[in-house]
Amino acid sequence: MSEQFSKDQEFLLPANTTFIVLSIFAGLMLNWLPWQGLWLALRPDFAALILLYWCTHKPHRIGIGIAFFIGIVADVADSSLFGQHALSYSVLAFGGIMLHRRIQMFDVREQPLQVFPLLLTSYAVYASIHWIIGGKIAWEFFLGCLTSALLWLPLSILLQTMRRTRTDPNEL
Amino acid sequence: MDSTQSFKFFNRGPSAAARLIFFALLSLLLMFIDVRYRHLEAIRNVLALPIQTLQRAAINIATQPGILLDEFGNYLDTQGNLARENMQLRQQQTVYATQLLELQVLQAENEQLRKLFELSQQADFPMQMAEIIYLERDIFKRKVYLDKGSQKKVTAGQVVMDQVGLVGQVTRVYPWVSEVTLITDKDHAVPIQVLRTGLRAVVFGSGNISNLTLRYMPISSDIQVGDVLVTSGIDGTYPPNLPVAKVKQIERDPAYPFAQILCTPLAGVDQQRQLMIVSGLHKLPEIPAEAMKPADIKSKKSKRSKP
Repeated sequence: MSEQFSKDQEFLLPANTTFIVLSIFAGLMLNWLPWQGLWLALRPDFAALILLYWCTHKPHRIGIGIAFFIGIVADVADSSLFGQHALSYSVLAFGGIMLHRRIQMFDVREQPLQVFPLLLTSYAVYASIHWIIGGKIAWEFFLGCLTSALLWLPLSILLQTMRRTRTDPNEL
Repeated sequence: MDSTQSFKFFNRGPSAAARLIFFALLSLLLMFIDVRYRHLEAIRNVLALPIQTLQRAAINIATQPGILLDEFGNYLDTQGNLARENMQLRQQQTVYATQLLELQVLQAENEQLRKLFELSQQADFPMQMAEIIYLERDIFKRKVYLDKGSQKKVTAGQVVMDQVGLVGQVTRVYPWVSEVTLITDKDHAVPIQVLRTGLRAVVFGSGNISNLTLRYMPISSDIQVGDVLVTSGIDGTYPPNLPVAKVKQIERDPAYPFAQILCTPLAGVDQQRQLMIVSGLHKLPEIPAEAMKPADIKSKKSKRSKP
């Protein structure tokens, strides 16, 4: 099992642009479900996670510009300041692109620990903007980055599986 | 070092760091403009149209099973329950009817008295029902979204209330959706009057959904637990005499110049589904020219913090 998922070297379908776009879109829709109260604090940031997945696995396809654009969309949806999500997602994408070799070196079960600092930085950027402008900080907000890191494992296995070819390569 | 200069086979454009700096600066610039000048509302409105449609779709998908289950439960509701509820409602209705009669008598009396005093009649405010479609998905802010927007002539600054009291104020309007800042939002200020004594003050939101604070009240001020606070209508934003809150707790510590007063909002700020948007406030007379200057400065100072 672990061998199957450990490295990106296995034969995968070339990442289809439609697939990338659809997955990010699905992440945004998941973010827009009516989360409330404690669930809102615990909600992993699906869009950020999927973005980070593509940044680490296809760093030449998905870059900081796309992250910025997704951030703007998230800003409009959450009616946060223009550029607030955009900045935090850009930082996240930058981290993902810079560390993509390092992250892929690790087994998929060890990756959450590598991904957590990146998510934490991006959450901290978002919260600090609130702190600078609003003058207060909600600490429960950071719970979200913990759950996001925990979700990394199932999410990357899921996306990896969806990218694998359907037919058995050993079959003639 | 010269020999290590990398030779690029593939031109991939500017480096990631350069891109990050570019986009970070861009988003900082956007934030600055958004905070200071609010020029970006037009762009936001355009982008909001498709995004909000998708959001509503997402919410519909999530809530539809619950709604179906509810409907199924209603279907199974026994006749006994319905009969009991009917009786309760009937009883309530008789109580209300008598109260209404009393109210009508009082109204007539009030009108006469007002005529006697040659006071201007207070207009009835036209109201619009609206339904909450979703809550803010940002734990830093407490906002709700209503299903009426600029297409239904909702404008920013209109007051939102339920049947009991004040809920908030419309702060941003999209074509089909409007955003309401609750009175419990942090640093949201409402000018009020204590119903019992007529004392004027300003009540602030605390960021907590069940608390409002009455700041800057001297220790000696005449306020008791249980006092009802109503809007004073002096700011020209909120119409007068809408119930806002009830005083819950007063701490008079002589070490501080001001008493610490906690209030609970009367309206179910987080319990209602249907809310009313009050439109068509009566115009206050213009401020006289010679009083304009100091008043202007004051209004700038007391300007509500940006929602």
